[in-house]
Amino acid sequence: MESLIPAASVVAAGLAVGLGAIGPGIGQGTAAGGAVEGIARQPEAEGKIRGTLLLSLAFMEALTIYGLVVALVLLFANPFS
Amino acid sequence: MLLQTLLPLAEALPAPQSMAEETHGLEVGQHFYWHLGPLNLHGQIFLSSWILIGALLVMVIAGTRQMKRKPLGLQNLLEFLWDYIRNLSREQIGEAAYRDWMPFIGTLFLFIFFCNWGGALVPWRLVRLPSGELGAPTADINTTVAMALLVSLAYFYAGLSRKGLRYFEYYVEPTPIMLPFKIVEDFTKPLSLSFRLFGNILADELTVSVLVLLVPLFVPLPMMLLGLFTSAIQALIFATLAAYYIGEAVHEEHA
Repeated sequence: MESLIPAASVVAAGLAVGLGAIGPGIGQGTAAGGAVEGIARQPEAEGKIRGTLLLSLAFMEALTIYGLVVALVLLFANPFS
Repeated sequence: MLLQTLLPLAEALPAPQSMAEETHGLEVGQHFYWHLGPLNLHGQIFLSSWILIGALLVMVIAGTRQMKRKPLGLQNLLEFLWDYIRNLSREQIGEAAYRDWMPFIGTLFLFIFFCNWGGALVPWRLVRLPSGELGAPTADINTTVAMALLVSLAYFYAGLSRKGLRYFEYYVEPTPIMLPFKIVEDFTKPLSLSFRLFGNILADELTVSVLVLLVPLFVPLPMMLLGLFTSAIQALIFATLAAYYIGEAVHEEHA
């Protein structure tokens, strides 16, 4: 019983990052695809498109980072252990 | 209320020793405590942020000491930064009000940028502390929560001082159905701002230190470069979002 909480926490930490990476991965793929399409259609707008793309990629990445924060809390600051 | 939910998170960090002791070199949740009355301060954060603030002040003062019409060297860099910050805040806040808020946005941007890069570029490991280690101040949740709450205060003040009580029309603007969502938004804005910055910087430091643990030479370098890139973008994002929130608060619907 003693080791149940650490074990469950480690599994949950892995799941938090792993599942949290799915959605943003799909989103980043869509966004990058759209940006490439935009650049191909209008190469002179590349600079502007790249800036916007990087900003929005970072926003999506933040979602995975939230999962990571939860994972870190579970590993290093577990309120139940 | 937000602080009460978040502070236990920061305070609970030193409790589990076992995990941190097993993985050498990974020092998450170990702090160099300063005791000030009933408060436990994370001393290493204060030390590194004071050093970085000092460096920033020295740079800015030295660059604006003897200004010339043709900017050279440091003055040139500072003028570029000024231009950049002005464009950012003008784009987000709008022509009417951006002058009042440019210093705030610029300070946030430069401080976060210096903290992120300072944490990665300065060899803090050379300084040994009794416990914990020096690093990027933004990798501690207390720093980022403080800055996010400052942003919250700033946009409330911006809206209230510019529009008075008419500011609260913003909450029922398209339809009154939006009211609960807009109120919840006031809480999620600082939450997401602080977690985004904290998580990104801590994740960078963690990935680099895990890689250093596995292969000490050369292999972590690309990860470090990626970390520099993402931390610069995070500084930009924090500043952009702060400006956007302020711009949202001062925005006139029929202007």
